Amino acid sequence: MGATITNLSRRAVLMGLGAGTFVLAGGLGPGARAEDSPKKYGGDAMPGGVKDDPRLFVAVAADGTVTILCHRAEMGQGVRTSWAMVIADEMDADWSKVRVDQALGDEARYGNQNTDGSRSMRHHFQALRRIGAAARQMLAQAAATQWGVPVAEVTADHHSLVHAASGRRLGYGEVAAAAAALPVPARETLVFKDPAKFRYIGRADIGLVDGFDITTGRATYGIDVRRENMLYAVVARPPVHGGKLVHYEVDEALKVPGVVKVVVLNTAPLPSGFLPKGGLAVVAENTWAALKGREKLKLTWENGPNAGYDSVAYRAELEAAARAPGQVARNQGDVDTALKSAAKRITAEYYIPHLAQAPMEPPAAVAQVTGDKCEIWGSTQAPQTTRETVAKVLSIPAENVTVHQTLVGGGFGRKSKPDYIAEAALLSRAMDGRPVKLTFTRTDDLHHGFLHTVSVERLEGGLDAKGKPVAWLHRTVAPAINATFAPGVKHEGASELGMGAVNTPWIVPNLRVENPEAESHTRIGWFRSVSNIPHAFAVQSFVAELAAAAGRDPKDFLLDLIGPARQINPADMADGWNYNEDPVVYAYDTGRLRGVVERAAKESGWGKPLPKGQGRGIAAHRSFASYAAAVVHVAVDAQGKLTIPRVDIAFDCGPVINPDRVRAQLEGAVIQGVSLATLGEISFKAGQVQQDNFDSYPVTRIEAAPKDIRVHLMPAAQYDAPLGGVGEPGVPPIAPALLNAIHAATGKRIRSLPIRDQLQA
Amino acid sequence: MITFTLNGQEQRFEGDPEMPLLWYLRDVQGLTGTKYGCGEALCGACTVHADGAPIRSCQTTLGDLAGRTVTTIEGLSPDGMHPVQVAWRELNVAQCGYCQAGQIMSAAALLKDTPHPSDEAIDDAMSGNICRCATYPRIRAAIKKAAGQVHRKTASTGGAK
Repeated sequence: MGATITNLSRRAVLMGLGAGTFVLAGGLGPGARAEDSPKKYGGDAMPGGVKDDPRLFVAVAADGTVTILCHRAEMGQGVRTSWAMVIADEMDADWSKVRVDQALGDEARYGNQNTDGSRSMRHHFQALRRIGAAARQMLAQAAATQWGVPVAEVTADHHSLVHAASGRRLGYGEVAAAAAALPVPARETLVFKDPAKFRYIGRADIGLVDGFDITTGRATYGIDVRRENMLYAVVARPPVHGGKLVHYEVDEALKVPGVVKVVVLNTAPLPSGFLPKGGLAVVAENTWAALKGREKLKLTWENGPNAGYDSVAYRAELEAAARAPGQVARNQGDVDTALKSAAKRITAEYYIPHLAQAPMEPPAAVAQVTGDKCEIWGSTQAPQTTRETVAKVLSIPAENVTVHQTLVGGGFGRKSKPDYIAEAALLSRAMDGRPVKLTFTRTDDLHHGFLHTVSVERLEGGLDAKGKPVAWLHRTVAPAINATFAPGVKHEGASELGMGAVNTPWIVPNLRVENPEAESHTRIGWFRSVSNIPHAFAVQSFVAELAAAAGRDPKDFLLDLIGPARQINPADMADGWNYNEDPVVYAYDTGRLRGVVERAAKESGWGKPLPKGQGRGIAAHRSFASYAAAVVHVAVDAQGKLTIPRVDIAFDCGPVINPDRVRAQLEGAVIQGVSLATLGEISFKAGQVQQDNFDSYPVTRIEAAPKDIRVHLMPAAQYDAPLGGVGEPGVPPIAPALLNAIHAATGKRIRSLPIRDQLQA
Repeated sequence: MITFTLNGQEQRFEGDPEMPLLWYLRDVQGLTGTKYGCGEALCGACTVHADGAPIRSCQTTLGDLAGRTVTTIEGLSPDGMHPVQVAWRELNVAQCGYCQAGQIMSAAALLKDTPHPSDEAIDDAMSGNICRCATYPRIRAAIKKAAGQVHRKTASTGGAK
């Protein structure tokens, strides 16, 4: 295919089917929902909503080339491929004639473009089908008109329209111009393909649309963009979050050949949200000169209110908070009485440190300011947030900011925050409008991130004389994402608590979840799977600890705790958020959770004997409206060296659009889960991040990755069933399944992450 | 002045000999297929070949390159049909794709010297290349798929730029 992301060609290509329809921007397409429901869910509840006007997304050229516009960020989930597969399938296009182009950032025009929360397909699959079906029907109508026959007699057949009675046939390209002039069919008149006739949806052998470019070095990420007359910049930022530059000497930096200018960037007051941290930028003729110049700066900082942030002391604070009652997030029955009268009472505390997303492409962008307009070429998950943030720092209207969305060289949540892009914009303005490429070094990335939270999860459980669980008390303590954006936030938000803390479907008569206070001292942000990571780690570890105390098989105990198959309204578990999905359509389905547990257990050979020093662990978790269960098989040798011969992960995300990419996401999720469990830690001392690069912030490399990862996809009943997310839900069960396996293999229970050398002690 | 060969073309460089090859490739030559990932030879995203052997271009200065022959991902194959590239596409190895040029360069060098590598040999050769999307299982599978198909002349010299 060789599709490239070049917005430069966008207009020319869209002149096919899109000719004359550019004025549609912002208008209500036929897909807009009537205002008859009080509360919107899913994509409809997102800013900008979901758009399904084919004229926005499909262009057919006279030679038959179909160009499909993708408005989601491609960051490895394969969305540009899957997106096009759906539209092409419904319009019965020939895949070899399909090209994919990337939309500019413009939510008024394209609908919500924020690519996070595992929702590209979950929110857009049905809209993509409508886009494809509408385009096909417009092409069919154009052919019917040309032939003078009723449209009902025209069928689409793989890039052609056919009139069977007369044997006539027209290619899509031959009727494209006429089709473009037709009105878009109303939603209720759309006729969808019989899923049995899908050519692409559900097929596992579709090559990535960006595969050729990626394997030949032609793919363009934000860091790769080059503009004429461009300068290169790096920034020295306050080493402590909220700190300020108070004195600087730049003479030596300016002597470095290639250094053009040094620019002061203001520090935004806390909480600073998406705004840059400020500091001193070095602008140069190339990145190397900018880096050398930065080394020569003499800087004095005032470190501000977070100068005392120390991870060792902070952990003690979190533990103290977890040992006292806190704000009640969910309560049923009488936990205190039940714990007192329990035959067995077990308490465990789990700790998981900050993590950095550390995408292989560090944050980078190019900006060019011209008068009161700004053009951005950036690696971003959130083009609209980028527009708004750039507009804010430049004091220009958001409409004046054009965002060209490049391929994203890994996001994992880091690139939902456009601080680095705002820096590029400020620097272009400071350089009188010359284009400026702003690059974070790896150290900048680790030191100036929006980190995964740090948390202590304290669980207390009671078993009756028969080993049945009668009480469950979970205290979750973690600085909140909202603290990055609003002052005084000390509790996890509804979305954080709804990621596996409150919404446990356990058959336990007495259950309470509390959220004691935690103050934030750094920028907390989204990290792939977000709060599901600490919650699932603690909850699923504790389930296995309870099983051990009860003398039960962990898998059987887990299934009993889940109980019979039933649909639970998440609100009945104090989860009023539910990933912003309809609580009825997206009820918590314990049957599906049971299903993945049973499947993972069966496929893994659960219960079959293993040699000494080996063990299996199981964990299951619902997140992003999907269900995942993993069985991790470990071997720990006499020296405490851990290897992971095999992982089985069963996954139920409802209908699967692109099975190959779902498998790829789960393979990656398994290893990223292993990575954070075994190695991941960002820590602070005197307010500063202690890790500088991949030597001190190690991530899993090929030799430590599980050799045999088996992904088991649960079949969906039908394509009209609601879709779950894919990018994130594979991660949360991995750490607890791994720790449960280590316990099975060695008898050692690890409750503090990362594992690092704890097995060697 | 430093002269060396880059993707089959002679280069004459008169600037700072301490400049790492990475930034020369990316910022001076516009060969952005070679990626920055860490700047300290810890991640392998910047891997290129020097005289056929894999090197980290972020830690190789232009001064180190006098008289040598450098091949980047852009020069690995004139048509993108190097067996490693083909296997990579057939198995849809890439996720975000950012590290993949470095992975491919390491894999191509491995297969040139070791046509049928064991798992241990793959680990040794690829351990320096981080993939944060964690495409490792498919990297391993793609190397095995391309095994035996890489010959010395295709892997090291490259074609036209």
